[in-house]
Amino acid sequence: MASSTHKRFNTRAGRAFDVLNVVLLTGVGLLAILPFVYVLAGSFATELEITTRPFFLWPDDFTTTSYESILSSDVILRAFVTTVAVTVVGTLIQLGLTVLLAYPLSKVDLPGRRTVLSLVVFTMVFSAGMIPTFLVVKDLGLLDTYWSLILPAAINPFSLIIIKNFFQQLPSELEESAKIDGANELQVLRHVVIPLSKPVLATFALFYAVGIWNDYLSPLLYLSDTGKWTLQMILRQVTAAASLSADELNSDVPPPAQGIKFAVVIIATIPVLLAYPFLQKHFAKGMLIGSVKG
Amino acid sequence: MTLLAAPPAPPHAPPRGRRRRRLGDLVRYRWLFVLMLPGLVYFALFRFWPMWGARIAFKNYIPFLGIDGSEWVGLAHLREFLSNPDFPRLLENTLIVAGLSLFIAFPLTIVLALLLNELRLQILKRTVQTLVYIPHFLSWTVVVSITALLFAIGTGPLWTFFGWLFGTDANMLADPDWFRPLILMQEVWKNTGWGTIIFLAALAGVDQEQYEAAIIDGAGRWQRVWHITLPSIMPTIVVLLILQTGQILNTGFEQIYLMSNSLNRTVADVFDTYVYFAGIEQGAYSYATAVGLFKAIVGLVLIFGTNWLAKRFNQQGIF
Repeated sequence: MASSTHKRFNTRAGRAFDVLNVVLLTGVGLLAILPFVYVLAGSFATELEITTRPFFLWPDDFTTTSYESILSSDVILRAFVTTVAVTVVGTLIQLGLTVLLAYPLSKVDLPGRRTVLSLVVFTMVFSAGMIPTFLVVKDLGLLDTYWSLILPAAINPFSLIIIKNFFQQLPSELEESAKIDGANELQVLRHVVIPLSKPVLATFALFYAVGIWNDYLSPLLYLSDTGKWTLQMILRQVTAAASLSADELNSDVPPPAQGIKFAVVIIATIPVLLAYPFLQKHFAKGMLIGSVKG
Repeated sequence: MTLLAAPPAPPHAPPRGRRRRRLGDLVRYRWLFVLMLPGLVYFALFRFWPMWGARIAFKNYIPFLGIDGSEWVGLAHLREFLSNPDFPRLLENTLIVAGLSLFIAFPLTIVLALLLNELRLQILKRTVQTLVYIPHFLSWTVVVSITALLFAIGTGPLWTFFGWLFGTDANMLADPDWFRPLILMQEVWKNTGWGTIIFLAALAGVDQEQYEAAIIDGAGRWQRVWHITLPSIMPTIVVLLILQTGQILNTGFEQIYLMSNSLNRTVADVFDTYVYFAGIEQGAYSYATAVGLFKAIVGLVLIFGTNWLAKRFNQQGIF
């Protein structure tokens, strides 16, 4: 990193700037998470505390009523389970399709390679738009199925190219020796290339997973059956409403009007936050390996 | 940045005896072609078939008649859109949202990257990086919901704070005057930190000897930033500017859609949400497709235009 190898500059102005920079960036770091910490604290607070205290990072009166209300509601539980399932299956499919296309494209002498790559790049700068895509999904009979949340965005062109670039810079000797031993391309991919690419593939798996988990547009467009709604749709429903009745939530415990909004935000975020440390370990490295080497 | 650059030429001899080579290739590469198949089908089905279907923009598409059976009307939908009294308002709203992102959020990203780069305390640098990347991974639904809680009228902490600061008790979530500031705040909160990654990577590649030479020559800190650091991330800035210019009419559907409500529509409606309302909610498929196509073609022209400009000014483009 740049600054560690600098010679230290101990001019007064330089030190003043350093102090200022430390203060400023600490503030920026706190600003990035304080809103979330407030929501987390609010999700454990009583209705009274939420409506009377303007800002707090720890509830005075700790309660789990909001969560109890959610956990007794089939609607939210069902949406949670569905979203987890769609995310897991979807990630496997999306990553699988991406790898299967990226690997052949990493062979520089593959006939037709440049044509396919140009077409892929073209889709990055031009897309037919929302309505024609919607009509294709409709014509394929995917409306109101979970496939509509997985297939239309199955291969992300950026991810494809970065993974392709990564495969391309792997030492070719390993593959060649496997081929001499009689392995076909699929076996080389499975037993040589994929094991060597685990960190990169893990990174993109997590990107795909976060993408599916966070997706709001696809369920909005393709799922009119509210019984199939994903967690993001429910979250929207809950937080946009002025208040909810126990009936609407299909819950035995009457929901606290504000508290439940805090708790649903947390529930919709927790899986992403759990994945974040793993993601963070790899993403800078994984993305750069692929994009730096041509 | 070589993400889109041409791959290095294969070190093989130029092809001779083309026909025979092609046949031999097909056999030799048959497994690779098989592996590619699902991916190619994906691109054909979900990326190129819609482009073919987009010809309904020039027809009066009636699902019952099918695309081919529907009446051809040429540019009628496009003309209707361009002469629609909504058009100037949509264009203005779209350009303002894009402008806020381009002229405020984007420079802020560069400033944050430079400040992080100047941070000598490595542990603090890593901690701050970890924290500022987090909001990028939250969905727009979560970000908008958090906004709704922070600005909840009467109870939200930011409603209280800004109300005190500006002496107002407006419902900021519904007030048209507050729509753009809120959009900008969300954009900055969610993506500024994440945006620094690419600049920090470019900065990590800067030759340290340049800094040492500059120090020996007596260059101060600000001079080093201005003459070494900034020029070294210039190619990255240019590439991102080109990409962002191409996206200027794409405002990010989810954020705008989730933030708009019946009270702030005058400033909230942008091309993306307009396509949704016209196409999906009102079923005007052809008209909405024409609007979407207009947007996509303008984007394509802009991206090639800025790329050309960048090359004229001796910067590396993306193509």
